[in-house]
Amino acid sequence: MSLFNCITNQCPLGSNFGSSNKLGSCGAVPQLGGGAQRRDKSRNSRSITAYYGLKTPPYKLDALEPYMTQKTLEVHWGAHHRGYVEALNKHLAKNDLLYGYTMDELIKVTYNNGNPWPEFNSAAQVWNHDFFWESMQPGGGEMPTLGLLQQIEKDFGSFINFREKFVEAALTSFGSCWVWLVLKREKRCLAIVKTSNAINPLVWNDIPITGLDVWEHAYYLDFKNDRAKYINTFMDHLISWEAAAARMARAQSFVNLGEPKIPVA
Amino acid sequence: MAFRTLITRNPAAPLASRGLHTFSLPDLPYDYGDLEPAISSEIMQLHHQKHHQTYITNYNKALEQLEAASAKGDASTTVKLQSAIKFNGGGHVNHSIFWKSLAPVRAGGGEPPRGPLRWAIDNNFGSFEALIKKMSAEGAAVQGSGWVWLGLDKEFKRLVVETTENQDPLVSKGARLVPLLGIDVWEHAYYLQYKNVRPDYLKNIWKVVNWKHASDVFEKENP
Repeated sequence: MSLFNCITNQCPLGSNFGSSNKLGSCGAVPQLGGGAQRRDKSRNSRSITAYYGLKTPPYKLDALEPYMTQKTLEVHWGAHHRGYVEALNKHLAKNDLLYGYTMDELIKVTYNNGNPWPEFNSAAQVWNHDFFWESMQPGGGEMPTLGLLQQIEKDFGSFINFREKFVEAALTSFGSCWVWLVLKREKRCLAIVKTSNAINPLVWNDIPITGLDVWEHAYYLDFKNDRAKYINTFMDHLISWEAAAARMARAQSFVNLGEPKIPVA
Repeated sequence: MAFRTLITRNPAAPLASRGLHTFSLPDLPYDYGDLEPAISSEIMQLHHQKHHQTYITNYNKALEQLEAASAKGDASTTVKLQSAIKFNGGGHVNHSIFWKSLAPVRAGGGEPPRGPLRWAIDNNFGSFEALIKKMSAEGAAVQGSGWVWLGLDKEFKRLVVETTENQDPLVSKGARLVPLLGIDVWEHAYYLQYKNVRPDYLKNIWKVVNWKHASDVFEKENP
């Protein structure tokens, strides 16, 4: 991967998110989910600075039609998400203290135990939206399978019950919110969590398995005020249980969910 | 153009006979299209008929549940209902103020205030333009959903610019604050027209702000 200043407004793809055939064609789109490098202060050497880049969703912008329109993705990803990335980079440019953190660490540090710094909003929303795009897929919906389904059935009784609770949580959240299925580290079980504005379960050290953006900008162009229809469409046609299963598998490296049932010979 | 009349009677007549007041959607004093091009008629219609109506419906429901719980002496339900009452009741209160804070251009919308309110604005903020700039900046800076207000502090007799989150009414920032103007900065208030560019919405809304109403409220509180 060639080294270049990954400030999004200098990226050749930067402002041209509209034409989907250009997306993903740049082999050097940096997956800068990781931390930025410390600025080289020496005046003589060419300073190498790295910032966060706008990750493209793992599908084309029209791939989720008709359940989430291309128009929504163009504005939600291309304007909102991009805006958060640019705001984050602006914050980082001013604050050397925050360099060197990974994204997860940055979120926890700037959350400041409930008294968030201004950088928190940008950092968390960048992470939230990366997570959100990956939580959906074309041809999504239906049900989880195997281990994840078993865990859901264990912690919620049944998948139907889980789905009901998830939808209810999304419907009853006030204002700009996110709804998450998380694996609680200490309780060692799955749970549904509502958070407001930019907050996400990382700040409580829990492991998000999937999430839904319930800010109005996520559904207004497609569904106007009909939040219920959006939520149900997400559950029926968009949610990626594959992504959730992968996250669940990874989470089990950190959380012991119990002894495996080894059949006795 | 006919005024938009939309009084939806709450069909729960038995409640009324028990003495419980049920709220209904107030009429707009102008037509949905009258605030174009600052605010589109599509947004006005959705905002009034769907969003505001939903707050009222849910407020009435919460009040009904509250009455039942109080009658039974069910303290935990009473307390649990508070957030729904604050949110939906606040939504009703705030939106009722919002419709009055706006006026079509032909009815004086956008015309800067004169008289005592103008004098107070110059005194408190330096100039009318400075107030506009401050309110627009604070409105744009609200994270998530909320409101930006021009309020009168009755006790200290001064004007303040405040923001509240979600549907918190202005009094949640101070019991002696009286709202003169409220501007909704929830995304539903502007998204269809302005998308994510809230600053543009805030720039344009001043063209239909009803300073006459603000002056009336101000003068009533400041005889």
